[in-house]
Amino acid sequence: MAKYREACESGKFVISGEIGPPKGTEVNGMLHHIELLKDLVDGLNVTDNQSAVMRLGSMAVSHEIVTRGGDAIFQMTCRDRNRLALENDLLSAHFLGIRNVLCLTGDHVSVGDHKDAKEVYDFESVQLIQCVKRMNEGYDWAGNELGGATDFYIGAVVTPESDPIEPQKLKYEKKIAAGAQFFQTQAVYDMENFQRFAEYSRGVTEGKDVKLMAGLVVLTSVGMAKYMNKFVPGVFVPDDLLEEMASVPKEDALKKGMEICARHIRFCMDNKVCDGVHVMAIGKEEIVPDILKMADLL
Amino acid sequence: MDGWPARQVGAGSGTEDVELIISKQKPFEEILESLSANESVYIVGCGECATMTQTGGETELAAMKTRLEEAGKKDVATDVAHSACHELDMKRIFRQNKEAAEGADAFLVLACGAGTQAVREGTTKHVVPGANSLFVGNVKRQMVFEEKCSLCGECVIEAYGAICPVTRCAKGILNGPCGGTNNGKCEVDSEKDCAWVLIYKQMKAEERLDEFMVIHGPKRWNAVERPGRLDGREADEVKGAA
Repeated sequence: MAKYREACESGKFVISGEIGPPKGTEVNGMLHHIELLKDLVDGLNVTDNQSAVMRLGSMAVSHEIVTRGGDAIFQMTCRDRNRLALENDLLSAHFLGIRNVLCLTGDHVSVGDHKDAKEVYDFESVQLIQCVKRMNEGYDWAGNELGGATDFYIGAVVTPESDPIEPQKLKYEKKIAAGAQFFQTQAVYDMENFQRFAEYSRGVTEGKDVKLMAGLVVLTSVGMAKYMNKFVPGVFVPDDLLEEMASVPKEDALKKGMEICARHIRFCMDNKVCDGVHVMAIGKEEIVPDILKMADLL
Repeated sequence: MDGWPARQVGAGSGTEDVELIISKQKPFEEILESLSANESVYIVGCGECATMTQTGGETELAAMKTRLEEAGKKDVATDVAHSACHELDMKRIFRQNKEAAEGADAFLVLACGAGTQAVREGTTKHVVPGANSLFVGNVKRQMVFEEKCSLCGECVIEAYGAICPVTRCAKGILNGPCGGTNNGKCEVDSEKDCAWVLIYKQMKAEERLDEFMVIHGPKRWNAVERPGRLDGREADEVKGAA
Protein backbone atom coordinates (compact mmCIF):
# COMPACT_ATOMS: atom_id res chain seq x y z
CA MET A 1 0.00 0.00 0.00
CA ALA A 2 2.87 2.38 0.74
CA LYS A 3 4.72 1.55 -2.46
CA TYR A 4 5.53 5.14 -3.42
CA ARG A 5 6.77 6.06 0.02
CA GLU A 6 8.84 2.90 0.28
CA ALA A 7 10.39 3.62 -3.11
CA CYS A 8 11.20 7.18 -2.03
CA GLU A 9 12.64 6.12 1.29
CA SER A 10 14.65 3.26 -0.24
CA GLY A 11 16.86 5.74 -2.05
CA LYS A 12 16.09 4.29 -5.49
CA PHE A 13 15.33 6.54 -8.44
CA VAL A 14 11.59 7.02 -8.17
CA ILE A 15 9.22 7.20 -11.13
CA SER A 16 5.65 8.35 -11.00
CA GLY A 17 3.04 8.92 -13.64
CA GLU A 18 -0.22 10.81 -13.70
CA ILE A 19 -3.86 10.05 -14.29
CA GLY A 20 -6.27 12.81 -15.25
CA PRO A 21 -9.82 11.74 -14.37
CA PRO A 22 -12.33 12.25 -17.18
CA LYS A 23 -15.25 14.62 -17.31
CA GLY A 24 -18.16 12.23 -17.29
CA THR A 25 -18.93 8.61 -16.57
CA GLU A 26 -17.02 7.09 -19.48
CA VAL A 27 -13.98 5.78 -17.63
CA ASN A 28 -12.69 2.95 -19.81
CA GLY A 29 -9.83 5.00 -21.24
CA MET A 30 -8.72 6.03 -17.77
CA LEU A 31 -8.95 2.48 -16.41
CA HIS A 32 -6.87 1.30 -19.36
CA HIS A 33 -4.18 3.86 -18.46
CA ILE A 34 -4.26 2.78 -14.82
CA GLU A 35 -3.85 -0.89 -15.76
CA LEU A 36 -1.07 -0.04 -18.17
CA LEU A 37 0.96 1.99 -15.69
CA LYS A 38 0.20 0.85 -12.16
CA ASP A 39 2.93 -1.79 -12.08
CA LEU A 40 5.46 0.12 -14.17
CA VAL A 41 5.74 3.15 -11.92
CA ASP A 42 6.07 3.64 -8.17
CA GLY A 43 3.02 5.82 -7.92
CA LEU A 44 0.32 7.52 -9.96
CA ASN A 45 -0.78 11.07 -9.27
CA VAL A 46 -4.47 11.73 -9.65
CA THR A 47 -5.30 15.32 -10.49
CA ASP A 48 -7.97 17.25 -8.58
CA ASN A 49 -10.26 19.21 -10.91
CA GLN A 50 -7.13 19.97 -12.93
CA SER A 51 -6.90 23.50 -14.31
CA ALA A 52 -10.09 24.27 -12.37
CA VAL A 53 -12.06 22.12 -14.82
CA MET A 54 -14.73 19.99 -13.14
CA ARG A 55 -14.08 16.26 -13.49
CA LEU A 56 -14.39 12.92 -11.78
CA GLY A 57 -12.88 13.14 -8.30
CA SER A 58 -9.30 12.53 -7.33
CA MET A 59 -10.22 10.53 -4.23
CA ALA A 60 -12.41 8.03 -6.06
CA VAL A 61 -9.79 7.42 -8.74
CA SER A 62 -6.97 7.23 -6.18
CA HIS A 63 -8.99 4.58 -4.38
CA GLU A 64 -9.47 2.67 -7.63
CA ILE A 65 -5.70 2.65 -8.23
CA VAL A 66 -5.03 1.35 -4.71
CA THR A 67 -7.75 -1.30 -5.11
CA ARG A 68 -6.08 -2.48 -8.31
CA GLY A 69 -2.76 -2.88 -6.54
CA GLY A 70 -1.06 0.34 -7.60
CA ASP A 71 -0.17 3.28 -5.41
CA ALA A 72 -1.93 6.60 -5.74
CA ILE A 73 -0.73 10.10 -5.01
CA PHE A 74 -3.92 11.89 -4.14
CA GLN A 75 -3.74 15.48 -5.37
CA MET A 76 -5.63 17.88 -3.19
CA THR A 77 -6.20 21.55 -3.97
CA CYS A 78 -7.48 24.22 -1.60
CA ARG A 79 -9.61 25.89 -4.24
CA ASP A 80 -12.86 23.99 -3.81
CA ARG A 81 -13.07 23.16 -0.09
CA ASN A 82 -12.77 24.90 3.23
CA ARG A 83 -10.77 23.39 6.08
CA LEU A 84 -13.62 21.24 7.35
CA ALA A 85 -14.09 19.67 3.94
CA LEU A 86 -10.34 19.22 3.38
CA GLU A 87 -9.86 17.44 6.71
CA ASN A 88 -12.98 15.39 6.13
CA ASP A 89 -11.62 14.32 2.73
CA LEU A 90 -8.24 13.49 4.24
CA LEU A 91 -9.89 11.14 6.73
CA SER A 92 -12.03 9.66 3.95
CA ALA A 93 -9.00 9.16 1.71
CA HIS A 94 -7.14 7.48 4.54
CA PHE A 95 -10.15 5.24 5.16
CA LEU A 96 -10.04 4.25 1.48
CA GLY A 97 -6.41 3.19 1.73
CA ILE A 98 -4.84 6.26 0.15
CA ARG A 99 -1.48 7.08 1.77
CA ASN A 100 0.14 9.80 -0.35
CA VAL A 101 -1.25 13.29 -0.62
CA LEU A 102 0.06 16.08 -2.82
CA CYS A 103 -0.86 19.44 -1.32
CA LEU A 104 -1.62 22.21 -3.80
CA THR A 105 -3.17 25.65 -3.63
CA GLY A 106 -4.92 24.97 -6.93
CA ASP A 107 -5.44 26.89 -10.15
CA HIS A 108 -7.79 29.84 -9.88
CA VAL A 109 -11.39 29.24 -11.02
CA SER A 110 -10.97 31.94 -13.65
CA VAL A 111 -8.76 29.62 -15.74
CA GLY A 112 -11.29 26.78 -15.61
CA ASP A 113 -14.75 25.93 -16.88
CA HIS A 114 -16.81 27.15 -13.92
CA LYS A 115 -15.66 30.74 -14.00
CA ASP A 116 -18.57 32.06 -11.92
CA ALA A 117 -17.77 29.76 -9.00
CA LYS A 118 -16.55 31.09 -5.67
CA GLU A 119 -12.98 30.00 -5.05
CA VAL A 120 -12.30 29.01 -1.45
CA TYR A 121 -8.61 29.09 -0.46
CA ASP A 122 -9.49 28.91 3.23
CA PHE A 123 -6.16 27.05 3.40
CA GLU A 124 -3.37 27.24 0.86
CA SER A 125 -0.63 24.74 0.10
CA VAL A 126 1.65 25.52 3.07
CA GLN A 127 -1.25 25.40 5.52
CA LEU A 128 -2.60 22.18 3.98
CA ILE A 129 0.84 20.58 4.43
CA GLN A 130 0.79 21.69 8.07
CA CYS A 131 -2.71 20.32 8.47
CA VAL A 132 -1.82 16.88 7.08
CA LYS A 133 1.23 16.78 9.34
CA ARG A 134 -0.95 17.64 12.31
CA MET A 135 -3.42 14.88 11.40
CA ASN A 136 -0.49 12.47 11.11
CA GLU A 137 0.31 13.49 14.67
CA GLY A 138 -3.22 12.70 15.76
CA TYR A 139 -4.90 16.11 15.81
CA ASP A 140 -7.24 18.01 13.57
CA TRP A 141 -6.57 21.61 12.61
CA ALA A 142 -8.65 22.94 15.49
CA GLY A 143 -6.52 20.97 17.94
CA ASN A 144 -9.00 18.23 18.72
CA GLU A 145 -7.57 14.79 19.22
CA LEU A 146 -8.38 12.34 16.44
CA GLY A 147 -9.58 8.85 17.24
CA GLY A 148 -6.63 7.46 15.34
CA ALA A 149 -4.02 9.46 13.48
CA THR A 150 -3.53 9.44 9.72
CA ASP A 151 -0.37 8.14 8.10
CA PHE A 152 0.11 10.20 4.99
CA TYR A 153 3.28 10.72 3.00
CA ILE A 154 3.14 14.47 2.41
CA GLY A 155 3.94 15.92 -0.97
CA ALA A 156 4.05 19.38 -2.47
CA VAL A 157 5.05 21.17 -5.66
CA VAL A 158 7.60 23.81 -6.63
CA THR A 159 8.22 25.81 -9.80
CA PRO A 160 11.97 25.94 -10.54
CA GLU A 161 11.43 28.24 -13.55
CA SER A 162 9.32 30.73 -11.63
CA ASP A 163 10.17 34.33 -12.40
CA PRO A 164 11.25 35.85 -10.07
CA ILE A 165 12.68 32.73 -8.47
CA GLU A 166 13.66 34.15 -5.05
CA PRO A 167 10.17 34.28 -3.43
CA GLN A 168 9.43 30.85 -4.94
CA LYS A 169 12.53 29.46 -3.22
CA LEU A 170 11.46 30.96 0.10
CA LYS A 171 8.06 29.35 -0.29
CA TYR A 172 9.75 26.03 -1.08
CA GLU A 173 11.65 26.32 2.19
CA LYS A 174 8.42 27.12 4.02
CA LYS A 175 6.81 24.00 2.58
CA ILE A 176 9.75 21.96 3.84
CA ALA A 177 9.48 23.58 7.26
CA ALA A 178 5.73 22.90 7.26
CA GLY A 179 6.33 19.19 6.79
CA ALA A 180 6.50 18.37 3.07
CA GLN A 181 8.39 15.11 2.54
CA PHE A 182 8.51 14.98 -1.24
CA PHE A 183 8.28 17.49 -4.05
CA GLN A 184 7.25 17.15 -7.66
CA THR A 185 8.21 20.14 -9.76
CA GLN A 186 6.23 22.05 -12.34
CA ALA A 187 7.37 20.97 -15.82
CA VAL A 188 11.10 21.52 -16.34
CA TYR A 189 12.85 21.43 -19.72
CA ASP A 190 16.03 23.41 -19.16
CA MET A 191 18.10 20.72 -17.47
CA GLU A 192 20.97 23.06 -16.62
CA ASN A 193 18.65 25.38 -14.79
CA PHE A 194 16.97 22.46 -13.07
CA GLN A 195 20.35 21.15 -12.01
CA ARG A 196 21.08 24.51 -10.38
CA PHE A 197 17.73 24.38 -8.59
CA ALA A 198 18.41 20.82 -7.43
CA GLU A 199 21.80 21.89 -6.05
CA TYR A 200 20.13 24.70 -4.15
CA SER A 201 17.53 22.18 -2.94
CA ARG A 202 20.20 19.85 -1.64
CA GLY A 203 21.57 22.74 0.38
CA VAL A 204 18.27 23.62 2.02
CA THR A 205 17.19 20.01 2.63
CA GLU A 206 20.49 18.85 4.09
CA GLY A 207 19.89 16.59 7.06
CA LYS A 208 16.20 16.28 6.18
CA ASP A 209 14.65 13.38 4.33
CA VAL A 210 13.03 15.43 1.59
CA LYS A 211 12.81 14.04 -1.95
CA LEU A 212 12.82 16.10 -5.13
CA MET A 213 11.26 14.73 -8.33
CA ALA A 214 11.66 16.49 -11.66
CA GLY A 215 8.32 17.14 -13.32
CA LEU A 216 8.59 16.11 -16.98
CA VAL A 217 5.77 16.92 -19.35
CA VAL A 218 6.12 15.20 -22.71
CA LEU A 219 6.28 17.64 -25.62
CA THR A 220 3.86 16.64 -28.35
CA SER A 221 4.54 19.35 -30.95
CA VAL A 222 6.44 22.59 -31.51
CA GLY A 223 3.15 24.41 -31.17
CA MET A 224 2.53 22.94 -27.74
CA ALA A 225 6.02 23.97 -26.61
CA LYS A 226 5.54 27.51 -27.86
CA TYR A 227 2.10 27.68 -26.31
CA MET A 228 3.50 26.75 -22.91
CA ASN A 229 6.26 29.34 -23.21
CA LYS A 230 3.71 31.99 -23.98
CA PHE A 231 0.82 31.07 -21.73
CA VAL A 232 1.92 28.82 -18.87
CA PRO A 233 3.69 30.79 -16.13
CA GLY A 234 6.70 28.99 -14.68
CA VAL A 235 7.24 26.77 -17.73
CA PHE A 236 10.13 27.47 -20.07
CA VAL A 237 11.09 25.38 -23.10
CA PRO A 238 14.56 26.53 -24.24
CA ASP A 239 15.35 27.36 -27.86
CA ASP A 240 17.47 24.25 -28.49
CA LEU A 241 14.51 22.02 -27.61
CA LEU A 242 12.18 24.10 -29.78
CA GLU A 243 14.62 23.62 -32.66
CA GLU A 244 14.92 19.92 -31.94
CA MET A 245 11.12 19.55 -32.02
CA ALA A 246 11.00 21.54 -35.27
CA SER A 247 13.74 19.44 -36.86
CA VAL A 248 11.42 16.49 -37.50
CA PRO A 249 8.29 16.22 -39.65
CA LYS A 250 5.05 16.93 -37.81
CA GLU A 251 4.05 13.28 -37.66
CA ASP A 252 7.26 12.46 -35.82
CA ALA A 253 6.97 15.26 -33.29
CA LEU A 254 5.45 13.12 -30.55
CA LYS A 255 8.20 10.54 -30.94
CA LYS A 256 10.77 13.34 -30.69
CA GLY A 257 9.05 14.63 -27.55
CA MET A 258 9.16 11.14 -26.06
CA GLU A 259 12.89 10.91 -26.88
CA ILE A 260 13.54 14.24 -25.17
CA CYS A 261 11.57 13.10 -22.13
CA ALA A 262 13.50 9.81 -21.98
CA ARG A 263 16.77 11.71 -22.33
CA HIS A 264 15.82 14.00 -19.44
CA ILE A 265 14.90 11.01 -17.27
CA ARG A 266 18.33 9.51 -17.95
CA PHE A 267 20.01 12.86 -17.37
CA CYS A 268 18.41 13.21 -13.93
CA MET A 269 19.14 9.58 -13.09
CA ASP A 270 22.70 9.25 -14.39
CA ASN A 271 23.82 12.56 -12.93
CA LYS A 272 21.95 11.97 -9.67
CA VAL A 273 20.39 15.40 -10.16
CA CYS A 274 17.33 14.55 -8.07
CA ASP A 275 15.55 11.64 -6.41
CA GLY A 276 13.20 10.75 -9.22
CA VAL A 277 10.94 11.98 -11.97
CA HIS A 278 7.25 12.59 -12.34
CA VAL A 279 6.25 11.92 -15.96
CA MET A 280 3.16 13.67 -17.29
CA ALA A 281 1.81 12.70 -20.70
CA ILE A 282 -1.39 14.76 -20.23
CA GLY A 283 -3.98 12.33 -21.53
CA LYS A 284 -1.55 10.28 -23.64
CA GLU A 285 -0.52 7.95 -20.84
CA GLU A 286 -0.30 5.02 -23.26
CA ILE A 287 3.05 6.41 -24.45
CA VAL A 288 4.64 6.31 -20.98
CA PRO A 289 5.77 2.66 -21.17
CA ASP A 290 7.59 3.45 -24.44
CA ILE A 291 9.26 6.46 -22.84
CA LEU A 292 10.45 4.27 -19.98
CA LYS A 293 11.78 1.76 -22.54
CA MET A 294 13.62 4.55 -24.39
CA ALA A 295 15.17 5.49 -21.05
CA ASP A 296 16.24 1.84 -20.55
CA LEU A 297 14.06 1.55 -17.50
CA LEU A 298 11.94 -1.35 -18.75
CA MET B 1 -30.78 72.95 8.60
CA ASP B 2 -29.92 69.30 8.78
CA GLY B 3 -26.68 69.94 10.57
CA TRP B 4 -24.41 68.62 7.82
CA PRO B 5 -21.70 70.85 6.39
CA ALA B 6 -22.45 71.90 2.84
CA ARG B 7 -20.54 69.84 0.32
CA GLN B 8 -19.98 70.81 -3.24
CA VAL B 9 -20.74 67.53 -4.88
CA GLY B 10 -19.06 66.42 -8.04
CA ALA B 11 -16.33 68.99 -7.73
CA GLY B 12 -13.59 66.79 -6.32
CA SER B 13 -10.45 66.28 -8.36
CA GLY B 14 -10.72 62.61 -7.58
CA THR B 15 -7.12 62.49 -6.50
CA GLU B 16 -7.56 62.97 -2.77
CA ASP B 17 -6.01 60.26 -0.67
CA VAL B 18 -9.24 58.52 0.14
CA GLU B 19 -10.80 55.10 0.16
CA LEU B 20 -14.22 54.66 -1.36
CA ILE B 21 -16.92 52.16 -1.99
CA ILE B 22 -16.44 51.77 -5.72
CA SER B 23 -19.70 51.36 -7.58
CA LYS B 24 -20.80 51.35 -11.18
CA GLN B 25 -24.21 52.09 -12.64
CA LYS B 26 -26.16 49.09 -13.81
CA PRO B 27 -27.06 49.01 -17.53
CA PHE B 28 -29.99 51.37 -18.14
CA GLU B 29 -32.08 48.56 -19.65
CA GLU B 30 -31.74 46.57 -16.43
CA ILE B 31 -32.80 49.59 -14.38
CA LEU B 32 -35.77 50.19 -16.66
CA GLU B 33 -36.79 46.55 -16.37
CA SER B 34 -36.71 46.79 -12.55
CA LEU B 35 -38.88 49.91 -12.70
CA SER B 36 -41.34 48.57 -15.29
CA ALA B 37 -44.28 48.60 -12.89
CA ASN B 38 -43.58 52.08 -11.58
CA GLU B 39 -44.84 55.40 -12.94
CA SER B 40 -43.08 57.94 -10.79
CA VAL B 41 -39.54 57.51 -9.57
CA TYR B 42 -37.51 59.17 -6.84
CA ILE B 43 -33.80 58.94 -7.64
CA VAL B 44 -31.41 59.04 -4.70
CA GLY B 45 -27.70 59.68 -5.13
CA CYS B 46 -24.79 60.03 -2.75
CA GLY B 47 -22.50 63.00 -2.17
CA GLU B 48 -19.63 60.83 -1.08
CA CYS B 49 -18.40 57.69 -2.84
CA ALA B 50 -20.98 57.55 -5.63
CA THR B 51 -20.18 61.15 -6.56
CA MET B 52 -16.45 60.41 -6.71
CA THR B 53 -17.05 57.33 -8.86
CA GLN B 54 -19.52 59.22 -11.08
CA THR B 55 -22.22 56.70 -10.26
CA GLY B 56 -24.71 58.85 -8.43
CA GLY B 57 -23.64 62.47 -8.10
CA GLU B 58 -25.65 65.53 -9.25
CA THR B 59 -24.56 65.07 -12.86
CA GLU B 60 -25.46 61.37 -13.02
CA LEU B 61 -28.83 61.96 -11.34
CA ALA B 62 -29.73 64.68 -13.83
CA ALA B 63 -28.78 62.40 -16.73
CA MET B 64 -30.76 59.49 -15.25
CA LYS B 65 -33.80 61.75 -14.74
CA THR B 66 -33.67 62.75 -18.41
CA ARG B 67 -33.35 59.16 -19.60
CA LEU B 68 -36.20 57.96 -17.38
CA GLU B 69 -38.43 60.78 -18.59
CA GLU B 70 -37.56 59.91 -22.18
CA ALA B 71 -38.54 56.35 -21.35
CA GLY B 72 -41.98 57.57 -20.21
CA LYS B 73 -41.57 57.89 -16.45
CA LYS B 74 -43.51 60.75 -14.88
CA ASP B 75 -42.71 62.86 -11.84
CA VAL B 76 -39.05 61.99 -11.56
CA ALA B 77 -37.55 63.54 -8.43
CA THR B 78 -33.85 63.59 -7.56
CA ASP B 79 -31.90 64.01 -4.37
CA VAL B 80 -28.20 63.63 -3.63
CA ALA B 81 -27.88 62.66 0.00
CA HIS B 82 -24.81 63.86 1.84
CA SER B 83 -23.97 60.24 2.58
CA ALA B 84 -26.44 57.71 1.21
CA CYS B 85 -25.39 55.17 3.84
CA HIS B 86 -26.47 57.44 6.70
CA GLU B 87 -29.86 56.08 7.67
CA LEU B 88 -30.93 58.98 9.89
CA ASP B 89 -29.92 61.41 7.16
CA MET B 90 -31.94 59.45 4.62
CA LYS B 91 -35.07 59.51 6.75
CA ARG B 92 -34.57 63.25 7.29
CA ILE B 93 -34.34 63.84 3.53
CA PHE B 94 -37.57 61.96 2.91
CA ARG B 95 -39.30 63.98 5.66
CA GLN B 96 -38.05 67.20 4.10
CA ASN B 97 -39.23 66.11 0.65
CA LYS B 98 -42.42 64.59 1.92
CA GLU B 99 -44.50 65.32 -1.15
CA ALA B 100 -42.08 63.72 -3.62
CA ALA B 101 -41.35 60.80 -1.31
CA GLU B 102 -45.01 60.05 -0.76
CA GLY B 103 -45.85 60.54 -4.43
CA ALA B 104 -43.17 58.20 -5.71
CA ASP B 105 -43.97 54.64 -6.75
CA ALA B 106 -40.38 53.60 -6.48
CA PHE B 107 -36.96 54.74 -5.29
CA LEU B 108 -34.00 54.25 -7.60
CA VAL B 109 -30.70 54.42 -5.72
CA LEU B 110 -27.54 55.38 -7.61
CA ALA B 111 -25.18 54.49 -4.80
CA CYS B 112 -23.68 51.42 -3.19
CA GLY B 113 -25.67 48.60 -1.59
CA ALA B 114 -25.31 50.24 1.79
CA GLY B 115 -26.90 53.40 0.42
CA THR B 116 -29.67 51.41 -1.21
CA GLN B 117 -30.47 49.73 2.09
CA ALA B 118 -30.42 53.05 3.93
CA VAL B 119 -33.17 54.07 1.52
CA ARG B 120 -34.89 50.78 2.40
CA GLU B 121 -34.95 51.97 6.02
CA GLY B 122 -36.53 55.27 4.97
CA THR B 123 -39.48 53.99 2.96
CA THR B 124 -41.78 51.03 2.67
CA LYS B 125 -42.05 51.39 -1.11
CA HIS B 126 -40.30 49.61 -3.97
CA VAL B 127 -36.55 50.24 -3.79
CA VAL B 128 -34.39 49.53 -6.85
CA PRO B 129 -30.58 49.39 -6.82
CA GLY B 130 -29.26 51.34 -9.79
CA ALA B 131 -25.62 50.44 -9.25
CA ASN B 132 -23.40 47.48 -8.52
CA SER B 133 -21.04 47.82 -5.55
CA LEU B 134 -17.64 46.60 -6.64
CA PHE B 135 -15.09 46.98 -3.86
CA VAL B 136 -13.51 49.29 -1.35
CA GLY B 137 -11.04 51.11 -3.53
CA ASN B 138 -8.10 53.41 -3.24
CA VAL B 139 -8.08 56.32 -5.65
CA LYS B 140 -5.04 56.07 -7.91
CA ARG B 141 -6.01 59.07 -10.01
CA GLN B 142 -9.29 60.50 -11.21
CA MET B 143 -11.68 57.62 -11.96
CA VAL B 144 -8.97 54.98 -11.46
CA PHE B 145 -9.51 52.81 -8.40
CA GLU B 146 -7.76 49.78 -6.96
CA GLU B 147 -8.85 47.37 -4.27
CA LYS B 148 -6.31 47.10 -1.48
CA CYS B 149 -8.41 46.25 1.57
CA SER B 150 -11.27 43.77 1.78
CA LEU B 151 -12.40 44.50 5.35
CA CYS B 152 -11.51 41.03 6.65
CA GLY B 153 -11.88 42.06 10.27
CA GLU B 154 -8.35 41.37 11.44
CA CYS B 155 -5.56 43.31 9.78
CA VAL B 156 -2.48 41.16 9.16
CA ILE B 157 -0.50 43.34 6.79
CA GLU B 158 2.22 44.18 9.30
CA ALA B 159 3.58 40.73 8.49
CA TYR B 160 3.60 41.48 4.76
CA GLY B 161 5.34 44.81 4.34
CA ALA B 162 1.97 46.58 4.63
CA ILE B 163 0.77 44.98 1.38
CA CYS B 164 -2.36 42.90 1.85
CA PRO B 165 -2.16 39.40 0.35
CA VAL B 166 -5.71 38.64 1.48
CA THR B 167 -6.97 41.28 -0.93
CA ARG B 168 -4.28 41.85 -3.52
CA CYS B 169 -3.45 38.23 -4.29
CA ALA B 170 -6.21 36.67 -6.45
CA LYS B 171 -6.11 33.60 -4.22
CA GLY B 172 -5.62 35.49 -0.97
CA ILE B 173 -2.83 33.13 0.03
CA LEU B 174 -0.67 33.91 3.03
CA ASN B 175 2.69 32.17 2.65
CA GLY B 176 4.25 33.15 -0.64
CA PRO B 177 3.56 33.23 -4.38
CA CYS B 178 1.69 30.46 -6.17
CA GLY B 179 2.88 28.89 -9.40
CA GLY B 180 0.85 31.40 -11.39
CA THR B 181 3.13 34.34 -10.65
CA ASN B 182 4.29 35.59 -14.01
CA ASN B 183 7.16 38.07 -14.35
CA GLY B 184 5.77 40.08 -11.48
CA LYS B 185 2.20 39.92 -12.77
CA CYS B 186 -0.73 37.69 -11.84
CA GLU B 187 -1.74 34.72 -13.95
CA VAL B 188 -5.38 35.59 -13.40
CA ASP B 189 -4.99 39.11 -14.85
CA SER B 190 -1.76 40.17 -16.52
CA GLU B 191 -2.65 43.83 -15.85
CA LYS B 192 -2.35 43.27 -12.12
CA ASP B 193 0.82 42.97 -10.09
CA CYS B 194 1.53 39.72 -8.27
CA ALA B 195 1.03 40.81 -4.67
CA TRP B 196 3.64 38.31 -3.56
CA VAL B 197 6.35 39.82 -5.71
CA LEU B 198 5.47 43.23 -4.25
CA ILE B 199 5.57 41.80 -0.73
CA TYR B 200 8.88 40.05 -1.38
CA LYS B 201 10.50 43.19 -2.78
CA GLN B 202 9.21 45.35 0.05
CA MET B 203 10.34 42.98 2.78
CA LYS B 204 13.70 42.53 1.10
CA ALA B 205 14.14 46.30 0.98
CA GLU B 206 13.32 46.45 4.67
CA GLU B 207 15.74 43.57 5.32
CA ARG B 208 12.89 41.55 6.78
CA LEU B 209 13.11 38.38 4.70
CA ASP B 210 13.53 36.37 7.90
CA GLU B 211 9.93 37.41 8.67
CA PHE B 212 8.89 36.37 5.16
CA MET B 213 9.88 32.86 6.26
CA VAL B 214 7.35 32.80 9.10
CA ILE B 215 4.60 30.28 8.34
CA HIS B 216 1.25 31.97 8.73
CA GLY B 217 -1.83 29.99 9.66
CA PRO B 218 -5.11 30.51 7.84
CA LYS B 219 -7.22 33.59 8.46
CA ARG B 220 -9.61 33.68 11.38
CA TRP B 221 -12.70 34.23 9.30
CA ASN B 222 -14.76 34.84 12.41
CA ALA B 223 -12.76 37.93 13.39
CA VAL B 224 -15.95 39.75 12.46
CA GLU B 225 -19.19 37.87 12.92
CA ARG B 226 -21.10 38.58 9.72
CA PRO B 227 -23.20 40.59 9.34
CA GLY B 228 -20.92 43.05 11.07
CA ARG B 229 -22.18 45.31 13.83
CA LEU B 230 -20.26 47.71 16.02
CA ASP B 231 -21.78 49.80 18.78
CA GLY B 232 -19.03 52.32 19.28
CA ARG B 233 -20.89 53.93 22.18
CA GLU B 234 -20.15 50.90 24.28
CA ALA B 235 -16.77 49.77 22.97
CA ASP B 236 -14.10 50.79 25.48
CA GLU B 237 -11.32 50.53 22.91
CA VAL B 238 -13.10 53.05 20.73
CA LYS B 239 -13.48 55.46 23.60
CA GLY B 240 -9.85 54.94 24.54
CA ALA B 241 -10.84 53.81 28.04
CA ALA B 242 -8.91 51.15 29.93
